[in-house]
Amino acid sequence: MLSYLSRRLIESFLVLAIMSLLIYALIGLMPGDPIDIMIFSNPEMTTADAERLRAIYGLDQPLLSRYLAWLGDALTGDFGYSRLYNQPTLDILLPRLGNTVVLMGISFILALAIALPAGIYAATRPQSPVDHAINLIAFAGISVPPFWLAILLIILFAVTLGWLPAGGMGDGRDFWADQRHLVLPVLALTIATVGGIIRFMRAAAIETLRQDYVRTALAKGLSGRQVIVGHVLRNAMLPVVTILALQMGNLFSGALITEQIFAYLGMGKTIYDAVIGNDYNVALAGLLLATLTTLLANLLADLAYSWLDPRISYQ
Amino acid sequence: MTQPAPDGLLAAEAAHAHGAAQSVRQIFWRRFVRHRLAFGSLVFLVLLALASAAAPLVEAALDVDGNLVDLFNAKQPPSASHPLGTDDLGRDVLVRLLYGGQVSLAVGLAAALCAAIIGTLLGLLAGYYGGRLDGLLMRFTDGVIAMPILPLLIILAAIDLNKVGLPQALITSESASLYRIVFLVALFGWTTVARLVRGATLSMKTREFVRAAEALGASAPRIMLVHILPNVVSPIIVATTLSIGGIVLLESVLSFLGLGIQPPLPSWGNMLTSAQELIWDAPALAIYPGLLIFATVIAFNFLGDGLQDALDPRALQGEE
Repeated sequence: MLSYLSRRLIESFLVLAIMSLLIYALIGLMPGDPIDIMIFSNPEMTTADAERLRAIYGLDQPLLSRYLAWLGDALTGDFGYSRLYNQPTLDILLPRLGNTVVLMGISFILALAIALPAGIYAATRPQSPVDHAINLIAFAGISVPPFWLAILLIILFAVTLGWLPAGGMGDGRDFWADQRHLVLPVLALTIATVGGIIRFMRAAAIETLRQDYVRTALAKGLSGRQVIVGHVLRNAMLPVVTILALQMGNLFSGALITEQIFAYLGMGKTIYDAVIGNDYNVALAGLLLATLTTLLANLLADLAYSWLDPRISYQ
Repeated sequence: MTQPAPDGLLAAEAAHAHGAAQSVRQIFWRRFVRHRLAFGSLVFLVLLALASAAAPLVEAALDVDGNLVDLFNAKQPPSASHPLGTDDLGRDVLVRLLYGGQVSLAVGLAAALCAAIIGTLLGLLAGYYGGRLDGLLMRFTDGVIAMPILPLLIILAAIDLNKVGLPQALITSESASLYRIVFLVALFGWTTVARLVRGATLSMKTREFVRAAEALGASAPRIMLVHILPNVVSPIIVATTLSIGGIVLLESVLSFLGLGIQPPLPSWGNMLTSAQELIWDAPALAIYPGLLIFATVIAFNFLGDGLQDALDPRALQGEE
């Protein structure tokens, strides 16, 4: 178990290292470079000044040595300064990572709490009207453009009814008043997530219900509820857990759109603003943090797998 | 499997009694049509494609110009000359929706096709050669699946094409943003097809006809393309159809964020870019494009679902 865990950790860090080189190279291909921006803001700068600055910042070096220099700093926790915010990159990113984790966490738990019962309920009554209705809702959830859904929610709850704020983070004076800002983003992200999980859960539960041990359990006189809770749920969760872990990247993408529309200060919005505003250090570190999060989610899913299915032992 | 209803049994009996031998194609078509949602979706998508293709005709019939900015006629309510009104720049909304449909459908189909080709080739290679190549390709696939795709796409979409060294004519052409988005989506969209094809290839390569072809000295590319590929076509078709909806959605998200299809070329996504400011005085403008994206994506998903049921060989054998 421990050796498996350490191997997976090493693997994850390898993937992270490759991704960091890739993203570093890609960011270098974005329009302009830091010196161009300085030239724009200071018209008196001469070409010679610009060249000197390039040398000071190491921008005249080849890509690989620039990357290694960045990596050396990054390993000591120094991800450079943010151009947009004039603060160390991590001081910007970490609080916002916290905001995103809150948004994603609540939405994910809500989506699970709705999707697991709904998926199993539909699976126990295949082709019934309820099954068709649940299926239709699931398809609608997968197919609705998340940003459009968010706009509709704003039109309904903020503009027409005036119940909830249309966006923002609250002013930090009243904790519960601030949480009202979280309601619509969580709702939007939950609706965008729930459909896919319902479909996975339904398919997995139908597959499990066909198994002989379910027939045995019913034959020995267990009630439907006992069979579902004791025999079906845990086995049907196995494929679902894998898919959910892979969905982390998707969930993050959904969070980015949601944050952008509701002006919610999370990682997604920060990465987007950084890319648009040529804030290279923040964009780079933000993307790596997002990648790290999805890699860790995959690792957690593997551990959950062995907990759900004791037959699997990681040697 | 559900218990077949008694009348279904009778119908099957009757079909047998008739002795009408049905081709696989007929069986497939009958099963597909029975899937009412999928069939309805197909009809809707065909109508949508025809309407989009007819955009220039509609433009001529209404005597309007879809690209003409006319600020004096901005945000007009529906009228005889503008059946859905005008947008914030005074352009006819109906005509722009139809042209946007051309773009969104073209991007969806083209990107899905490219992704399917990449996925099929990688899946065939991994499944047929197995061993180290298989391990490498599948690890790579897992890595791509686990990536946070939208932030990466945002960076890729922001890349300055002049720094990549592409020909200037391509970069400055009006449809450059269209090619770019097809390329980007295909770059990340091939993983599902690759996994499915790999799995199917693994089981196909142990079959007698493949062994026979090998014994006769057929080359590896010939075996993969002539003997294996035709037998793994149905999962490819299903996965590709199902992926189109997701691609239309992704295109709309990127265009909405200002990184996909660039105006004045309309797409349903970039028509919504300013929707957030418009919800106060012209909410209808924020509704139509989103409704079309929603309807198109759900139609492709229903269609893929119906194809999956109709093409499932296990169910096919059980039926006849």
